[in-house]
Amino acid sequence: MTFLDYAPAPESTAILDLRPEYGLFIDGEWRAGGGEPFASVSPSTERQIAMFASADEGDVDAAVRAARAAFRDVWGPMSGRDRGKYLFRIARILQERARELAVAESLDNGKPIKETRDADVPLVAQWFFHCAGWADKLDWVGLGANPQPHGVAAQVIPWNFPLLMLAWKVAPALAAGNTVVLKPAETTPLTAMLFADVCEQAGLPAGVVNLVTGAGETGAALVRHPDVDKVAFTGSTAVGREIAKALAGTDKRLTLELGGKGANIVFDDAPLDQAIEGIVDGIFFNQGQVCCAGSRLLVQESVHDVVMERLKERMATLRVGDPLDKNTDVGAINSSAQLERITRLVETGIAEGGEAWSAPCELPSEGYWFAPTVVTGVEASSTIAREEIFGPVLSVLTFRTPDEAIAKANNTPYGLSAGIWSDKGSRVLAVADRLRAGVVWTNTFNKFDPASPFGGYKESGYGREGGRQGMQAYLKGGE
Amino acid sequence: MATSAETTSSESSAASAPAASAPAATRPTSDRLSVPKTYKLFIGGAFPRSESGRVTEVTDARGAFVANVAKASRKDARDAVRAARKAQPGWAGATAYNRGQVLYRIAEVLEGRSAQFVDELQRVEGLSAAQARRQVEDAIDLWVWHAGWTDKIAQIGGSANPVAGPYFNLSVPEPTGVVAIVAPQQQGLLGLTSVVAPALVTGNAVVVVPSAAAPLPAISLGEVLATSDLPGGVVNVLTGDPAELAPWLASHADVNALDLSGAGALDWVELEQLAADTLKRVIRPVPGIAPETPQRILALTETKTVWHTKSRL
Repeated sequence: MTFLDYAPAPESTAILDLRPEYGLFIDGEWRAGGGEPFASVSPSTERQIAMFASADEGDVDAAVRAARAAFRDVWGPMSGRDRGKYLFRIARILQERARELAVAESLDNGKPIKETRDADVPLVAQWFFHCAGWADKLDWVGLGANPQPHGVAAQVIPWNFPLLMLAWKVAPALAAGNTVVLKPAETTPLTAMLFADVCEQAGLPAGVVNLVTGAGETGAALVRHPDVDKVAFTGSTAVGREIAKALAGTDKRLTLELGGKGANIVFDDAPLDQAIEGIVDGIFFNQGQVCCAGSRLLVQESVHDVVMERLKERMATLRVGDPLDKNTDVGAINSSAQLERITRLVETGIAEGGEAWSAPCELPSEGYWFAPTVVTGVEASSTIAREEIFGPVLSVLTFRTPDEAIAKANNTPYGLSAGIWSDKGSRVLAVADRLRAGVVWTNTFNKFDPASPFGGYKESGYGREGGRQGMQAYLKGGE
Repeated sequence: MATSAETTSSESSAASAPAASAPAATRPTSDRLSVPKTYKLFIGGAFPRSESGRVTEVTDARGAFVANVAKASRKDARDAVRAARKAQPGWAGATAYNRGQVLYRIAEVLEGRSAQFVDELQRVEGLSAAQARRQVEDAIDLWVWHAGWTDKIAQIGGSANPVAGPYFNLSVPEPTGVVAIVAPQQQGLLGLTSVVAPALVTGNAVVVVPSAAAPLPAISLGEVLATSDLPGGVVNVLTGDPAELAPWLASHADVNALDLSGAGALDWVELEQLAADTLKRVIRPVPGIAPETPQRILALTETKTVWHTKSRL
């Protein structure tokens, strides 16, 4: 063993008490779905975790009816103070069951337990705790006195942060007084099912939270349901566009959190130790399956060579493997379809003149894996500088002047995130001003907080999640 | 109400008023032959004719000829978007105090020329003198109200965010970019002000299609804007047929937001669908005049959140 070799340290799955199959959670009850049930597999082993019901149009209708009834009879008339107390309860139960949820999330998504334990699940509890406090303070979200909820919120979330995206959607919606029907992603439905259990433990009234599992058709039926008042979607720009089209001409309000191609800009006066860690965190956190990933490294020409040398050195120490191992840095790709997409885009990048380098690591024989990869010599017009890869692949471009960095950073239809690395405060502030991105991290990356609004410019979507601005999205007059 | 009828007269025939109707600026109190104004587009700070050579005849409430107004084309719309995109960063980069003074200057210049607007509104909207004066005064006051918002709206829409970590975290509303607007069809001057002013407060640039029936105040407002220190291209006015122009603007990839306030009579659902292709922010039609609220200013902004690292001491 060298000093970099670690003995296996897997987190036990004994804490889980999973059922072989899960139904739909509608009106406080579990029921079978009208569609064909589907399996969710663990991306690291390709082994089945459980079977999940598939909601058809009738099931979606039942869920929306349940949400409407709960809005009309229970949740709508309830005082903000009591709504808040339910949400505080949920936050506490989430903390109590944090380890179980972290293990379940790693198992179902393929992300390292280190991340689910230290990032996803703590943020989930914090999100509910934060929003709970808003429930009886809505007069101060900035929409005047006594702002009103929309009614029934339809929410469709992605597979990259299954439980965290549920929290971003459900917590503010309920705090504002809406009831919800949420569709988890097809490949990661597990923690949403555990969340139903949390709602039951909290004594949340039936119908306030309804969960309908299924594929894209289930989501399409949900956002198009005529009795839905508010739609919130996180996912691909292509699907976001379809939803925006489908909702045109209706009274439904829409917020979208879509794709990104975040620029991570490293100036020659950057604190290099931190910058290298930030670059790694920006693109290899959650295997790069992050809409706000720092997937385009813009590095000042004068420090390009030293940055690349140190980056590769650092990448070589990343431990890729079993998501449940506490030493794992990079876990499994979420699905075979996503792995195929990443592989194809990297091939395109190489065909277009990029030079790919992958960290030397042994990938497990089963499951979906992609070694941390950096592609140098990428042009601004290259496919991998423009298209979202959603994987552990960093495209590297260079610049000479701050103006060139800003122009290249903004040269994308997306506008979700950006990073700036420089020790010169005045330069950081000036560059941050000119970046067309909803979230800018300076000398850090991939930080999230329920008090901090998150969301995109341009084709990365509209509306914000988090903070006062995030609450407004679930109240009339706030869109 | 005024009526309008399309003609495709050439430049030379547009210059000579038809013998049957009274020239535009005739004053019955004088026997001097008046000099009527040519109503052109307002693009990039200049007043071009439509590249299409088309005009629309505007008549007064009794059907008498008032003016031939330029009828903008798709090409004009594209020129206007290009001018707006070019001007937007400079306008957004001006200080809030500076933008406020420019918007206030618009009110000042408008006040000085109010007689002209009262006259135009009387003729094309068939208003009484008192009604017309009231609309002009409301419009001036609305510019003043918006002028006062430029250096305050970030405090209303932004926030200092108490995140759980060693970060200085700040959210500020920034202009969304280029905004295409179909202005309210009623109350030509006030309606136009109610949609253009809120977009300008934070630093957006605007391409606006004014009321089809009463476009004269829109062009005259362009003359006010051109002499109010507003940088050329920040506001572009396309007189013409909203049903023809709006789809080009709704589908234009370099437009960030689509304000359909005055598009209630159009096929606005199709416009919203076109806007979805590039995920434009859309404001759906409202009856009458757009409401006077800070939310309306913020609807055309993007919240940018910046995390600044704090070092350990």
